[in-house]
Amino acid sequence: MAHDSYYHAPDLAKFPDVGKDAPELWNKFLGWYGAVFAEGALSEREKALIALAVAHSVQCPYCIDAYTTACLEKGSNLEQMTEAVHVAAAIRGGASLVHGVQMRNAAGKVKM
Amino acid sequence: MQSLLRRAHPLSSTAEQVKLLEGDRAVPAFAAKLKEAGLPALAAGALDVMQVNVGKLCNQTCRHCHVDAGPDRTEVMTRETFELCLAALRKSSIPTVDITGGAPELNPDFRWFVTEVKKLGRHVMDRCNLTILDVQKDLAEFLAANEVEIIASLPYWSGKDTDAQRGAGVFDRSIAGLKRLNALGYGGRLKLNLVYNPAGAYLPASQKSLERDFKRELQRRHGITFHSLYTITNMPISRFLEFLADTGNFEAYIEKLANAFNPAAVPAVMCRSMISVGWDGRLFDCDFNQMLDLETGFGAPRHIRDFDEAALAKRRIVTGRHCYGCTAGAGSSCGGATA
Repeated sequence: MAHDSYYHAPDLAKFPDVGKDAPELWNKFLGWYGAVFAEGALSEREKALIALAVAHSVQCPYCIDAYTTACLEKGSNLEQMTEAVHVAAAIRGGASLVHGVQMRNAAGKVKM
Repeated sequence: MQSLLRRAHPLSSTAEQVKLLEGDRAVPAFAAKLKEAGLPALAAGALDVMQVNVGKLCNQTCRHCHVDAGPDRTEVMTRETFELCLAALRKSSIPTVDITGGAPELNPDFRWFVTEVKKLGRHVMDRCNLTILDVQKDLAEFLAANEVEIIASLPYWSGKDTDAQRGAGVFDRSIAGLKRLNALGYGGRLKLNLVYNPAGAYLPASQKSLERDFKRELQRRHGITFHSLYTITNMPISRFLEFLADTGNFEAYIEKLANAFNPAAVPAVMCRSMISVGWDGRLFDCDFNQMLDLETGFGAPRHIRDFDEAALAKRRIVTGRHCYGCTAGAGSSCGGATA
């Protein structure tokens, strides 16, 4: 069903529908995804914080909803989650700013 | 904040709460879910614990309280009912008495009851809110002298989240209480366990990983030690139910609990090994059923004066949709995760 906006919160529950016409690929994704977020060298809590930061960087509202809850359910607090979002924002901001070098190189080439 | 009862809130009626929980919705009844999972109806086994709720009087008014306890509540267990509990213990082999409330220490007969239970050679646990140690200056020494195991509420290792749930200033007073307990040998020779429950409509973190965080942070920031951390899921009862309804989280939370149903958490749910005694002597399968006025059923004794260990140890458990709270994820009980 179409909606007035591209993003619709209840659609997150329909995520598995994506697997309907390519079940093998979907199952591979699920297996890999589960392994990625399992406790390893990093704890599940740390991985959820990274996911929250990346969710903000790729600006996925579904991911932001899901990993806000996941972070809380892994024992993180709002201070830690806010700092994670700042890390994402700082990298995005820094990524723009570092291209200033390219600008300066280009300007240096043509400018007297 | 005042209790639901003092505010004459509709949810101060247990019938209203049950109506809300058991109303028509997508989430199946708990008994049906057990059947669907191929599990038998819940039944008790041997009784390991007599949990005595000695009253609703409390010095705090926590936002998530399933008891609707607070300073404005007056219901407390009388000496006569305590005597009935002792009589029941004398004719039983239940090894542990778990005392809860409210703030159980505010019951005028609390200390007398503890010493009487100790005389029977039973282990005593006190579910302590920590700030009461600041109200009753000699309480910590009394508990230590009687080797009472303390199960203390501390929803988080930092102040902001703790105070949001339990009231302004509670965290600092709790830390002061924990330091006093440590100085008396709690966290070392004497058992001190902490209880975490989420400050909102979400499930608790893994008990193991959260215990690691609590131990590291409480030691690093305050030099505090403790034995174990118990993670307990918030029950959609009384003031937490009010919070869920007021914030539009009720349906989603019930669905979250039901979707996280874990059959592996069922065998160790606390109702199977305990009997819960209300301040007025009525018997319940657990403290949560007690707060919904869901008395023991299916022919089991319903009052402590009719205590019959053999009958209670094979009773069928009364269930409702709130039971999903004990079977979600890693499970939840008075002793923390169960799966």
